[in-house]
Amino acid sequence: MFKLFRNFNRKDIFFIIFAILLIVGQVWLDLRLPDYMSKITVLVQTEGSSMKEILLNGGYMLLCALGSLISAIIVGFTASNISASFSMKVRKKLFSKVGDLGIHEVKQFSTSSLITRTTNDITQIQMLISMGLQLIIKAPITAVWAITKILNKNWQWSAVVAVAVLILLSTIITLMILVLPRFKKVQKLIDKINNITRENVTGIRVVRAFNAEKYQENKFGKCNDELTNMQLFNQKAFSVMSPVMYLIMYFLTLAIYFIGAHIIDVATMSDKLVLFGDMVVFSSYAMQVIMSFLMLAMIFMMIPRAQVSAERINEVIESEISIKDGDIQNVETDLVGTVEFKDVSFKYPDAEECLLKNISFKANRGETIAFIGSTGSGKSTLINLIPRFYDVTEGEVLIDGINVKDYKQDILHNKIGYVPQKAVMFDGTVKSNVAYGDNGKGEKSDKIIKEAIKVAQGQEFVEKMDGTYNAHIAQGGTNVSGGQKQRLSIARAIARDPEIYIFDDSFSALDYKTDAILRKELKKYTKNATSLIVAQRIGTIMNADKIMVLDSGKCVGIGTHKELLKNCDVYKQIALSQLSEEELNNE
Amino acid sequence: MNRRGGTDKSKNFGQSIKRLFSELRSFRILIVIALVFAVSGSVLSIVAPNKLSKLTDTISSGLVVNQEKFESISNTINRKLANIDVNAVLNSYKLDELEKQEFLNTMLSVDTNKSEEFIKNLMDLSENTLNIILPKFSIENEEISTQDQVKFIRIFSTLENHDVSQVYKKIDECPKSIRNIVKPFMDLDKVKKISIFLGLLYLTSALLNFFEGIIMTVVSNNFARKLRNRISVKINKLPLSYFDKNQTGDVLSRVTNDVDTIAQSMNQSLASLVSATTLLVGTVLMMFITNYLMAITAIVASLIGFVFMFMILSKSQKYFRARQEELGRLNSHIEEVYSGLLVVKAYNGKEEANSKFDEINKKVFDANRKSQFLAGIMQPMMMFIGNFGYVAVCVVGALLTVNGSITFGVIVAFITYVRLFTSPLAEIAQAMNSMQSTAAASERVFEFLDEQEMDTEENVVKVLDKNKVKGNIEFDHVRFSYDESRIIINDFSAKATQGQKIAIVGPTGAGKTTMVNLLMKFYEINSGDIKIDGVSTKELSRENIHNLFTMVLQDTWLFNGTVRENIIYNRVNVTEEKIKEVCDTVGLTHFIKTLPQGFDTDISQSDSVSAGQRQLLTIARGMIEDAPFLILDEATSNVDTRTEELVQHAMDKLMEGRTSFIIAHRLSTIKNADLILVMKDGNIVETGSHDELMEKKGFYAELYNSQFEL
Repeated sequence: MFKLFRNFNRKDIFFIIFAILLIVGQVWLDLRLPDYMSKITVLVQTEGSSMKEILLNGGYMLLCALGSLISAIIVGFTASNISASFSMKVRKKLFSKVGDLGIHEVKQFSTSSLITRTTNDITQIQMLISMGLQLIIKAPITAVWAITKILNKNWQWSAVVAVAVLILLSTIITLMILVLPRFKKVQKLIDKINNITRENVTGIRVVRAFNAEKYQENKFGKCNDELTNMQLFNQKAFSVMSPVMYLIMYFLTLAIYFIGAHIIDVATMSDKLVLFGDMVVFSSYAMQVIMSFLMLAMIFMMIPRAQVSAERINEVIESEISIKDGDIQNVETDLVGTVEFKDVSFKYPDAEECLLKNISFKANRGETIAFIGSTGSGKSTLINLIPRFYDVTEGEVLIDGINVKDYKQDILHNKIGYVPQKAVMFDGTVKSNVAYGDNGKGEKSDKIIKEAIKVAQGQEFVEKMDGTYNAHIAQGGTNVSGGQKQRLSIARAIARDPEIYIFDDSFSALDYKTDAILRKELKKYTKNATSLIVAQRIGTIMNADKIMVLDSGKCVGIGTHKELLKNCDVYKQIALSQLSEEELNNE
Repeated sequence: MNRRGGTDKSKNFGQSIKRLFSELRSFRILIVIALVFAVSGSVLSIVAPNKLSKLTDTISSGLVVNQEKFESISNTINRKLANIDVNAVLNSYKLDELEKQEFLNTMLSVDTNKSEEFIKNLMDLSENTLNIILPKFSIENEEISTQDQVKFIRIFSTLENHDVSQVYKKIDECPKSIRNIVKPFMDLDKVKKISIFLGLLYLTSALLNFFEGIIMTVVSNNFARKLRNRISVKINKLPLSYFDKNQTGDVLSRVTNDVDTIAQSMNQSLASLVSATTLLVGTVLMMFITNYLMAITAIVASLIGFVFMFMILSKSQKYFRARQEELGRLNSHIEEVYSGLLVVKAYNGKEEANSKFDEINKKVFDANRKSQFLAGIMQPMMMFIGNFGYVAVCVVGALLTVNGSITFGVIVAFITYVRLFTSPLAEIAQAMNSMQSTAAASERVFEFLDEQEMDTEENVVKVLDKNKVKGNIEFDHVRFSYDESRIIINDFSAKATQGQKIAIVGPTGAGKTTMVNLLMKFYEINSGDIKIDGVSTKELSRENIHNLFTMVLQDTWLFNGTVRENIIYNRVNVTEEKIKEVCDTVGLTHFIKTLPQGFDTDISQSDSVSAGQRQLLTIARGMIEDAPFLILDEATSNVDTRTEELVQHAMDKLMEGRTSFIIAHRLSTIKNADLILVMKDGNIVETGSHDELMEKKGFYAELYNSQFEL
């Protein structure tokens, strides 16, 4: 956690020190209050004391209280400023770090974990800082100061306070030991309840088709019982808390008064009055001590959680970026649009097996190269090496004759129009989604966008939408169908006007007919661009200039559809599973 | 999820709370007991300060010198000094001549202006003389000797002013006899009695508090359990159309978040609302009974603070809302960028993402700091209000004590009353707030529970036995629409006999699942009839129909559980041999053997089971059903070729001997189908066999040919 605190700058530290000083002042004022209280008490008690003096002391006490309030307000203002700006800074740092991470690292962390690290974990830290600045500093100061004020008064009273603190702490600790592990279990059970409900709702057709309603309800009921019992235990344990606190506070006062009565009784006349005043003051100091221990206990409950959060944040911030930027910005070459793999092998840094072994091929400008093979054969990995989502382990990938590692990444990405397997949609409009990003050629005109959507066979449905090109697209594209998303995602690549297209199984959600028309139009529109296509369907790729057949990371055949049918067994097998012999012969 | 924005405030607070209470009827007795406990606990904590003030009074009565006796001593002595019987001294046989002479000298020097000196001289006289002037006397059996009297006179002769602490110091120097007489009397017995009483009071109050907490915990958790179970049952009673219109996340948040909110605030707010109100009313009452002037002081002093605080609070609401909104925006931006990181990188969208992030992050910072600041100063404000009340009570109290109209104990009591008065105000405000969110949550829960259920199936008169059904099905002028405005299936008639294959084809989104919905009676047809073996499905229960069908859908639905559990599912008495046999037929045996625990391996939704293997598992699940009809979705996208072969083989096995409805993707299936239903935009546009349809050169022919183009 302290590592994270290095993100405080000088100004922050100045303000933190400022806040600490103010808190010290505040504690001083707070502890003056009982002094004035006792003075007032004595004055009220003794006959003949003048009203003026009572008013004077009352005024001082109010001034102290007001001073304490004002400094608390200033501290609150400073603390919330510090904590909010701290979380803003760390969040920013984390966010841009995630943007720099390679896909491999992102996968290792998992996207959802990165999201919680950027949101919840930072909120945890922020809460600790804003609470902590006030409590962590205030509570111990108050406790120590109040104790020193108490100590020289009377040992019997001090002993009672010590006992009360002990009872308080042991109650809290026992509760923590008892309840904390069960809290985790409750979280798990809530997840389970959620899961069972999700199952039931997402599989509602299956549940009903199998007449399994009772089965589901029983399953839910069982988990529900477990959850309820666990919750009951926790909450029952916790309902001890408030009465115990109540008892400690009141019994402490009572004990101080009871002991006080006996002490006063045997004291000399002149001591009696002083002792009485002391007693009243003492009981209010004792409350302060108890309260500060309570606050400390609260902080100690918060720290472990914040600690875990801080570790999770640091883990990301300190992770090494594996993809280093190159420095080539400008290329003038006649090799524009070529993609070449030279004896490329790839494996994950911590893996033993290679995912790709000795892959070599060259695509010239305007050519279409297709990749086919079963899942896990390495098709997607292969094309992910081109935009440097991963870096090769051996060999090299050349674009326009230059190793992709030597490019500045922006420049490299400007050459590529990449369409992922799963279409990604951003919150915005059809237009903003298609025009997404920066291709180094300035803003994309409406004409380009409309053209791109038309080529991607999206014109018809987009124009039917409310607001047509300005129609709202929800986050993740939940308001358009899978096929529509895929078409918009293809349009995005077209609008980018790249040298090289990469389609990572990007036609899977389209029906055969749309798939066919789209590819035909695309071919016409992108005559000069190189296309690399990964696909499952033979129909999608059989007209490619070159087809590479992959099996377990190795190239087992490369050639045209007809050539491969003759001399590549794996390809033939795939083809036969999708088309009948007769249809293949028809070609 | 999209309803999130409106969840904080309920649409109709009163009605929702009323409904909530009527749902709580079965817990009525327990709740009443808990509330009685809460109220009695509060009453006790109001009585306590009163007792505490008595305790303080008792103790403080032990501080003040017994004025009366002190005066009677000094009066007695003064009287003796003023009326010295000179003759008695001179005639006394106990004195010698010298002593008498000294006495006379002193007496003759009497000078009214120098009485101090006279008394001093007097005290210097011999013991014997003094014995006569100041004979010993007794007050309440305590004898004050002449010597003691002399000491008393000497001590007080040096008293410079009448400062109380001076006087008390002098008293401490007095001889024991006098000290014993004037000594303040502290009734230690009474102290003990009050202390014990108070202790018992606190203990009882704490116990009441504890039991109230336990009861409310039990009630709220059992209520939550009941609500959750009711939702779970309700899910299976709702028509499918509900789930087509509403999102899964919405139902989920009702089961967990909303029910949790209700349980939590019931646990905390309900009792605290009642006890806080009791405390408030009781405190006000007690304050007025104790002393109305002090009561007004305490209430006015606290209320000034509270009015001020509520003014700030009402202003701060908007910052809290702003913070939630901005945080939500930031979260969804982060989610979007992280989950689309590939595209963000490949399209150089980082700049754009960063600048949007910075913009929202700045807003979050602003909202954060404002709301946090306002939330943070509440506590110090409360403290100040408390202190302000304290001073006000003390000053007014002191005024009144000086007047003698109240005792010090009253002030001590009021110090506690001020505290008792301010805390429930804050508590009530908080409880009201959480009642608001409870109302909103319970509205959502009850809205779901009140949702229209499926028909009760009263008209069901027939039952078809799964083992005797032949497998003939007939569509007779079927007409169907999801909503009135758009007819989806208009006057569709077709017949399929035992063992035939009916292929349903069409582009994505053409409404192929509509057919599944109708066959399974997930939706009711508008007019016409579907007959199984000549029996109208209207006369059959849904359960009966589901029994006759095996259904394998494209979205391979597996649940968290073992492989075996997923295959058997809800059926009972499935033998081990049967499972093995089915897995053999489907081709799962090898895969299951590779799993670490075989049939007992846990599979979760996202585990390493591939899409193809998932499909095989659902086929195996369907195969155990062994029903005369089959509904099958062939789609095997994203499945590698080898597994796809296995799946197709398994599907072919499944179709054997059954009347099958197949959402077809494979040409071999389509071509071999006895009947093809071609769907487009939700309608059945063409029907017939492959050859008939190709000849027609309609939509089907176009669709079929398109896949070989480029």
